Amino acid sequence: MFGYLLQRLLYIFVIVAVMSVLIFWITQIMPGNVAYMILGDFAGMDQILALEQKLGLHDPIHVQYWRWAQGLLQFDLGDSLIMERPIAPILFDAIGNSAILALSSIGLVALVGIWLGVYSAIHHGKAGDHIVSLATYVTLAVPEFFWCVLLIILFVGYLGWFPATGYTSLSEGFFVWAQHLILPVVALVMGLMAHVSRLTRSSMLEVMHSQYVLAARAKGVPEGLVIRRHALRNALLPTITVLAIDVGVLMGGIVVVETIFSYPGLGRLLIFAIQQMDVPLIQACLIVVTIVYAVANLLADILYTFLNPRIRYGSSVNG
Amino acid sequence: MALPSMASAPRRRPLPASLVWGAGIFAFVLFIAVAGPFLAPFDYDQMNILKRMQAPSAVHWFGTDEFGRDVFSRVLYGARLSIAMGIGATMISLAIGVPLGLIAGYYRGWPEEAIMRGVDVLISIPPIMLGLLILAVTTPSVWKSALAVGVIYVPIMVRLTRSVCLEVMGEEFVEAAKARGERGWYILFSEILPNAWPPIIVETALRVTFAIMLGAALSFLGLGVQPPASDWGLMIAEARPFIHQAPWIAVAPGIALVITVIAINLLGDGLREILDPRMKRDRL
Repeated sequence: MFGYLLQRLLYIFVIVAVMSVLIFWITQIMPGNVAYMILGDFAGMDQILALEQKLGLHDPIHVQYWRWAQGLLQFDLGDSLIMERPIAPILFDAIGNSAILALSSIGLVALVGIWLGVYSAIHHGKAGDHIVSLATYVTLAVPEFFWCVLLIILFVGYLGWFPATGYTSLSEGFFVWAQHLILPVVALVMGLMAHVSRLTRSSMLEVMHSQYVLAARAKGVPEGLVIRRHALRNALLPTITVLAIDVGVLMGGIVVVETIFSYPGLGRLLIFAIQQMDVPLIQACLIVVTIVYAVANLLADILYTFLNPRIRYGSSVNG
Repeated sequence: MALPSMASAPRRRPLPASLVWGAGIFAFVLFIAVAGPFLAPFDYDQMNILKRMQAPSAVHWFGTDEFGRDVFSRVLYGARLSIAMGIGATMISLAIGVPLGLIAGYYRGWPEEAIMRGVDVLISIPPIMLGLLILAVTTPSVWKSALAVGVIYVPIMVRLTRSVCLEVMGEEFVEAAKARGERGWYILFSEILPNAWPPIIVETALRVTFAIMLGAALSFLGLGVQPPASDWGLMIAEARPFIHQAPWIAVAPGIALVITVIAINLLGDGLREILDPRMKRDRL
């Protein structure tokens, strides 16, 4: 187990290193002159050249990359060109805000999605199952940004229950804080919930017809226990893999949802950076996103291993 | 399951309902995408300030937008770019992913190692990020967002094609071709590929829906289609400031998008029932 973990951590490191080269290289092609952006429209040519010299923009690209990567390892992400402040604190705030959104979404997706899936598997072929199946089929086809628009029309404009945009910190009261969080979270989870529910349903149905569930029933184990301990535990394995993939989808969704609800998170920061051509900020955001995604995949792997005793000791079985 | 009796063997099973419905609706949407501008009652960019933000009526079925343009005509017009982006992106991922997957599966050794490690890196990038990365550094346009979305789905296509290829390679006709001394390329494209299509086609149908949704999302963020051209994603984005006074401007293209995606999903499910009945989704 320990060796396996070490191997995976090393793998993450390699991925992040490769990605950092890719991100740095691609963002270097960006149009727009950094020195020009800092100095503004009225700078003379000699001023621009001097600043470029000072920033090291004339160095070969691998020297520039190495400088950037070294900073990265020391959590020094450079300064934002537009906001003219160090990136690290801005980024940490944004990550915190996005984490609240992401964690409550994933939690909700796992809970409600799995519950819906189990419910329709147990009521297979009955009205409840049909309703859930139909609802999830339609829900899957609605992109996040359209959910946002629909939710805003209904709950902000028509019913007036929630504020349209923004974010307040928890210190201003739980109720106000939650009010700003509910709509973005709902917009984020709808599609994923449908996805998880459909998957759980089909793997539950498969497991419910298996020999060991039959054996458990024949043994006289109460039905509730059969479902919880024998069926669900095994049916959840594919669901967990999908949850990890869904983290990637969720990050895409977060970009869209944060932009629409003006929620001050990582996604909106990234879009802001792209629109403003703020190269250091774009690089920092992208590298953070890569790390978060890699770690999420690792966590899913560990959880999978933990729940599935057959591969609990990792490489020894599969070689 | 009853044993298959010889008498009923030649009778063909009826096509799955999902396939019929999905194909029907999708054909209709495709027709609109092609013929939209000719069907539309108004020009998509014909402004009329006197008729700003009118509610749906007999003349303007989906109402008018903030410039008095007919929303129905614009939805018909927008179908073209939305569908083109979805299908174009998927074609790109097929064109790159399938040959790479075949090569990885057939030649093994270092080509497989190189391709699959590259896929590992690509797949560890969250889907939308690659698109953002490409679009961040260049000026946005339709074909670039199609390319961005297409590249995102290359790893999935490679993995799928490789695993199907490995399966087909165990078959006898491949052994026979090898015994005949056929060349590698011939075996790959004339023996293996024709037999590897079914799961790839099913996956392709699924990818088209994802690509349409992701493409629309990129347009929505201003990183895809640029005005004055328009697709459904951009239409919804442009309608956002007015969604309280004139919700129909945003809702109409959204519903068109949802119907299209549902149709392709149905089509994909139907195709899977016919082509890949064992539903080997775990191959990815």
